Amino acid sequence: MQLIKRKESKPTVRSFKKIAPALAAASCSLLSVASNTALARGEAGTWDFEAASLLYVETDDRVSAIEPVFSATRNFEDGEVLNLKAAYDVLTGASPNGATPSATPQTFTTPSGNSTYITDAGDAPIDDTFKDTRVALSASWLAPINRDWEYNAAVYGSKEYDYLSIGSSGGIKHYLNNKNTALNFGLSFSFDTIEPEGDIPDALAKMPYIASGDDVSATRVDTSDSKTIIDALFGVTQVINRNTIMQFNYSVSMSDGYLSDPFKILSVIEDTAGANFGGNLQDGNGNNIYLYDARPDSRIKHSLYWQTKYALANGDVIDGSYRFMLDDWGINSHTFDFRYRWQLGSSYLEPHFRYYMQSEADFYKRYITETEYNAGSPTLTEATSDYRLGDLDGMTVGLKFGHKRDNDHEFNMRVEYYLQSNSGDSGIGLLKDQDLYPDTKALIFQVGYSF
Amino acid sequence: MNRNIQRCMNFKGLSMNTLRTTTVIILGSIVLSACSDLGVKPWERDVLARPEMQLNHDPIEAGLDDHIYFSKEASSGGRGFGGGGCGCN
Repeated sequence: MQLIKRKESKPTVRSFKKIAPALAAASCSLLSVASNTALARGEAGTWDFEAASLLYVETDDRVSAIEPVFSATRNFEDGEVLNLKAAYDVLTGASPNGATPSATPQTFTTPSGNSTYITDAGDAPIDDTFKDTRVALSASWLAPINRDWEYNAAVYGSKEYDYLSIGSSGGIKHYLNNKNTALNFGLSFSFDTIEPEGDIPDALAKMPYIASGDDVSATRVDTSDSKTIIDALFGVTQVINRNTIMQFNYSVSMSDGYLSDPFKILSVIEDTAGANFGGNLQDGNGNNIYLYDARPDSRIKHSLYWQTKYALANGDVIDGSYRFMLDDWGINSHTFDFRYRWQLGSSYLEPHFRYYMQSEADFYKRYITETEYNAGSPTLTEATSDYRLGDLDGMTVGLKFGHKRDNDHEFNMRVEYYLQSNSGDSGIGLLKDQDLYPDTKALIFQVGYSF
Repeated sequence: MNRNIQRCMNFKGLSMNTLRTTTVIILGSIVLSACSDLGVKPWERDVLARPEMQLNHDPIEAGLDDHIYFSKEASSGGRGFGGGGCGCN
């Protein structure tokens, strides 16, 4: 940097007269800054609050959810930060049950085993008894140990009608190179319990029919089940230059226990030549045969995450990230996320684009064939038709608007559109006429206020 | 069938290669990050100190997004812990 020496001039009475109003104005603006600073978020000895509400609506009368969230952050004098967060979800609508559409109407037994519902010919089978509420609470604590080290700890709990999750996490951060580099290590432990209405179905058990006198309890193995999830994360954050910051994370997540979905089933399809080739296989009572979801009881996921933020000279900010995920279920995925924050005085507009690509799990099957069903003794031990474990692409486009008020409070809102497209085995015979992979489309609205 | 298995193995092999490549890039970046040429002096942190330059500057929005994608896709976490916490997946 080059310093330019300016020519000095002696002050005069006239120049003081000129300066006086400027000084007064400067004093006022300083006071104003001081006053704003007193209200600024993140200052020691103050509480910061944030409230937001999300509305998520899928088209075709599928899932809709409302999720209000409230967060309170206390900033302490010595740099400690306490955050308390509460969220409440209300979910309603219908969710795909995993069966294939069919040329004839299909009757399904609800997961509770108490009633049935019918899907019309050609329609995607969806369970419209889906309804749940969820309360989630969390508390986190972050504190410096000394100039170069800090630690954090958190506890978490959430409860749904049939699901309980509790967890805790802790981490340590070490700063290097004048705090231009930060090394991060964290561990998280979660314990989840599911207690579904109608109990836990046996893996690949045949769905019972009440009207035919099937014994529902004979297909159930337990009233509840659980899983544990352990996550470890290693991260490096690096300041590149005055306008650029970058982060790399490697994380591993190990899940053990009940990882199946008790609400999902698979259709059994005839694969012997004849009039019903590609149609639903039926039992002796003339009922279609469906089998319950069966997944491995452990999963290990590895993720690599990169994020960069770059501030342009005009105040705009570019935020890009990429995540690669690989697991021992045979799934790998790529996630690209891009945001551009367009600063407009005290307001901003932020276009958002996200693209997600995922390959299918080794045991993903859109349906099970009659041969694999093997007259009730399946040749498979694991199978799921859950579209979320299939080959899929997801795209999100959105726009966020935010406005910061003079008192440092911020109002923001966003609208996003999410499109998920699945693909895979196109079926055999009669099944080829059905849409086995309907798109999922959703609208996301969010409003928020921080103060 | 055999061809499918072979294709699957190739696909997985490609993934492992991608993983290795990315690991090398990350390790390289860690080495680079130790380089004193990167970074700024304490008095040059004005831009990086802006709230919108924090890596996770809107944790509420990030949390809501994580919940949506956790319930619609097979991947979670990366930025932070993937964890559990929801019967939606």
